[in-house]
Amino acid sequence: MQLKKTPKQPARIAEKLAVAATALIGSTANAQQTDGEWRFSSSVLAYSEPDRVSAAEFIATANKTYGDEGLLDVKIVLDSLTGSSANGAIEQHSAQTFTRPSGKGQFVTQADDTPLDDTFKDTRLQVNASWTNALTEDMRYTIGSNLSREYDYQSITINGEIAKDFFQKNTTLSTGLSFGSDQVAPEGDIPLAFSSMVVNQGQYNSEQDYWQAFDATRTKDSDSITTAELLLGWTQIVNRRMLMQFNYGFSDTRGYLTDPFKVLSVVNNQGITQDLVYENRPDARAQHSIFALTKYHFEASIFDISYRYIADDWDINSHTIDTHWRFMLQDNSFWEPHLRFYQQSAAKFYQPFLTQSQSLPSYASADYRLGDLSAITIGIKYGFQMHDGDRAEVRLEYYKQAPRKSNQPADIARLNELELYPEVDALILQLNYYF
Amino acid sequence: MLYNKIYKMFCTGVFVFSLNGCSSLGVEPWDRDLLAKPEMAINASPLDQSIDDHIYFSKEASSGGRSFAGGGCGCN
Repeated sequence: MQLKKTPKQPARIAEKLAVAATALIGSTANAQQTDGEWRFSSSVLAYSEPDRVSAAEFIATANKTYGDEGLLDVKIVLDSLTGSSANGAIEQHSAQTFTRPSGKGQFVTQADDTPLDDTFKDTRLQVNASWTNALTEDMRYTIGSNLSREYDYQSITINGEIAKDFFQKNTTLSTGLSFGSDQVAPEGDIPLAFSSMVVNQGQYNSEQDYWQAFDATRTKDSDSITTAELLLGWTQIVNRRMLMQFNYGFSDTRGYLTDPFKVLSVVNNQGITQDLVYENRPDARAQHSIFALTKYHFEASIFDISYRYIADDWDINSHTIDTHWRFMLQDNSFWEPHLRFYQQSAAKFYQPFLTQSQSLPSYASADYRLGDLSAITIGIKYGFQMHDGDRAEVRLEYYKQAPRKSNQPADIARLNELELYPEVDALILQLNYYF
Repeated sequence: MLYNKIYKMFCTGVFVFSLNGCSSLGVEPWDRDLLAKPEMAINASPLDQSIDDHIYFSKEASSGGRSFAGGGCGCN
């Protein structure tokens, strides 16, 4: 049984947004007397990796109940990304010059520095909408859609889920399907797999000769990715204080899964870079996931812990433990510490660099995110209720990612002096507001 | 190898729960005072979840499990 929330005096901004949202979906405000009020939430995020990427994200959500079971949920996300990203090349004892992905211009990485491409600047808009309603007394469905658009990438996803309750709603089983279609149209077009990066160091007679050489490393201007996913869920109430959830997921992704901006260094037996070649990944990936969560209500706190195991046919196996502990205080405020541990094994084609003596593999990527790595997140959130009943939360998190040395043969002594596996740190500050 | 691992984990889960049986777990409707609190919902902080999914999707090779793995961004 759902207990209805006592209506509070709506804040003026909430009233205005409610009128706007009602107009947006074309319904009339007085059409259904039993419908709930529009409820809103918003979030602002600042994300920063020192010397690397900075991002800002804004999220606004609106939801409204229709009748006893109908729920419309709308979400808008706007994010902006600037800064530098590792391009896959390894550091050297001398300065290195790289051509930007567009072919227009170059950037130089100083000796003993990790090569970072500083051209990343992107703004993304995402809109999600979902509708949940009852099919029968103990069965309901959700249908949803997700659209995302940025300068060089766009995505459309549709999904549906059916859930059925058993044993006085103590057990819920669900089945969901999702289909996605993405289009990638990178700046400078799609590079030819393993083609050498063209770097203009004065060897071309004219600008035209340079562009001819650059264009010879490009295939087409865009490509696509399709994704199909299945998610089976089982939620179980254990007792008055405890519930559990188990999920099994399978996803099948096909298409252009290579990162068009990533390269690999090709080194000689002295460890000195001789060439830079564009990476190549398989064009299909199948992933299985198992997820288990338990949540327990103590007298004045709520504890949850989850474990996730993911394995895919790129040989990436990952383990994630995620836990929160919310301590509730008398004045409706709370403190919530957060801890997360993550560990993954490397993709079978991950190589931090290639050597001149080896034959070219079918697939290779030096993207550190496909390597052997572990990560930890430590965070704290404080939430409180304001005088007019609105709620606010502040969350601060620190994320540290530490790559582990890959199984690349360390027979090139010079490379052992270089930092091939730099760590990544990030700070995350987030403000949530519910009204 | 992979399928064997998943199969073993699945069997262990089924075995643990078959000891009691789902029907003997749970509570009566009038005992749901604590479970009915919004903070006891499975996804009590969807804004945090949405942001975490985006961050970890762009920094790590695995995604999904809790909900659809999604994607929908270049995330360089």
